Amino acid sequence: MTSPIPKPVTPASPVDQSLLYPSPYKEFWHAFAQNKGAVMGLAFMCLVVFCALFAPWVAPHNPSEQYRDFLLTPPVWLEGGTWQFILGTDELGRDLLSRLIQGARLSLLIGLSSVVMSLIPGILLGLLAGFFPNFIGPSIMRLMDVMLALPSLLLAVAIVAILGPGLINTVIAIAIVSLPSYVRLTRAAVMGELNRDYVTAARLAGAGLPRLMFVTVLPNCMAPLIVQATLSFSSAILDAAALGFLGLGVQPPTPEWGTMLASARDYIERAWWVVSLPGLTILLSVLAINLMGDGLRDALDPKLKNAA
Amino acid sequence: MSLLQINNLNVRFGDAHAVPVVDGLDLAVDAGEILAIVGESGSGKSVTMMALMGLIDAPGRITADALTFDGTDMLKLSGRQRRKVVGKDIAMVFQDPMTALNPSYTVGYQIEEVLRQHLGLKGKAARQRALELLKKVEIPAAESRLDAYPHQLSGGMSQRVAIAMAIAGEPKLLIADEPTTALDVTIQAQIMELLVNLQKERNMALILITHDLAVVAETAKRVCVMYAGQAVEVGQVPELFDVPAHPYSEALLAAIPEHSIGAERLATLPGIVPGRYDRPDGCLLSPRCPYVQDNCRRQRPPLDPQAHSLVRCFYPLNQEVA
Repeated sequence: MTSPIPKPVTPASPVDQSLLYPSPYKEFWHAFAQNKGAVMGLAFMCLVVFCALFAPWVAPHNPSEQYRDFLLTPPVWLEGGTWQFILGTDELGRDLLSRLIQGARLSLLIGLSSVVMSLIPGILLGLLAGFFPNFIGPSIMRLMDVMLALPSLLLAVAIVAILGPGLINTVIAIAIVSLPSYVRLTRAAVMGELNRDYVTAARLAGAGLPRLMFVTVLPNCMAPLIVQATLSFSSAILDAAALGFLGLGVQPPTPEWGTMLASARDYIERAWWVVSLPGLTILLSVLAINLMGDGLRDALDPKLKNAA
Repeated sequence: MSLLQINNLNVRFGDAHAVPVVDGLDLAVDAGEILAIVGESGSGKSVTMMALMGLIDAPGRITADALTFDGTDMLKLSGRQRRKVVGKDIAMVFQDPMTALNPSYTVGYQIEEVLRQHLGLKGKAARQRALELLKKVEIPAAESRLDAYPHQLSGGMSQRVAIAMAIAGEPKLLIADEPTTALDVTIQAQIMELLVNLQKERNMALILITHDLAVVAETAKRVCVMYAGQAVEVGQVPELFDVPAHPYSEALLAAIPEHSIGAERLATLPGIVPGRYDRPDGCLLSPRCPYVQDNCRRQRPPLDPQAHSLVRCFYPLNQEVA
């Protein structure tokens, strides 16, 4: 006879369960969830990513539509605000909330693509530098030292000035500026791993150079690189905003957080929200990503746990 | 014909005039034999094995009259050909099991990788064989360990996995480089027993690099005592322990703590292994040797057959025993 209510499935025997190892993802999530700030950062970033992905449906208005009757309307909680424009409008009567949501798209795109564009060459150069310490390594590292010696924003401005302003050139400029940190980080990690016995064992087992580089050593160097990638994601957003503010980044009327700041700075005394809200958005996103990066670092590298 | 034949092996780091790290070493290992190489740190034990496997990178230079393994001249092999031999027919177990496994991959994956590379086993067959290997090295609950990452295993367990990986390619020669140094005493005995059992079962040759003379006495058939890159005495096991002919072998044996029970201090040989800049002209042991004579300081003795063993000394000890 079968009982009508199915019993909750219990593990066959407790001994079997204790012998199973937790999957690395579960272990990672457990360590990550310990850090409350990181979880909050993750939650905020999820919200931003959601807004960016579904911007046309989330945003209440078309970000480029100019409501000529509602120039510089204050946010809804201030006197004179209306529910039609929750965060108010800018100097041309465009809805700020919609522009911020649309801007998230661009900022995330810039962050992501510039990280990818500097991460991949950075890892390649770093691996080369670590594996060939005689000639190639020092040449690469000296080049990176030269790039680090220039102030990063100045370098980015110079690159954009050469290539011309625009979205793609902004991304390229930011990618070039953040390249040296990836190269140095990869090289340091590679050099640490190369002295380990498992690398000798892999050579012994017949691994060739490409296999040693990408299959044996690289996965063990990923922890600091993932952390650096998150942190430079935030600095890419900042740099893009700075370039936009200087008029060298994304060109109007495309809504981008830095460009929005720049075009609104004349109204800072009359309508503070036009400047403050994009600034606040940048601040919160960068803060969230940095908190997330800290959490990642703690979870991926137990040696650094609770370090300052 | 020996499985492994090394004649006059020299390894230098730097130009041809640099001080050799391995100096004119002759060594032969037969199939199914256990050879122990003993000597203090820096005497060239590990470098010899690295040279054999072609793992010495520039600026290291290897020269040898002969370096043959199983009839193949290891010096003439290209990188690709060498990779086919090394890892399959010659395998190695390392000193520190905690760094000998790749932290990014599961134990099962790492064993299967060797099987795929050298035996061409794939998928289920590879996994099945990996499981058999883990059982062979006496890992409890082997099924669940296949999916374990190295950091989830203890030192002794990791060393067993490392041994399983080493024997995965059915090697003819297994090199164990201080396999028990990083483990605690109870585990040491188990690992040594495992190695010796595997050696007997598969009739593979085993080169055991160690400073643990007790391990040597129990397991090895022949011993090569190395000092400053040279073999100073090569002999059979009970004889070399009973009647050491080279002063350095004698000093090594006297340094075992059990020999100093009741004494105020442990027996030691004063001084250190000569380095790059203080290499003596004569016998390399002459600055430290208690029996040193004048000609020891001027000439280097050759490795000559004496009463019980090959000895590199002008005045070998314990020769009166017939």
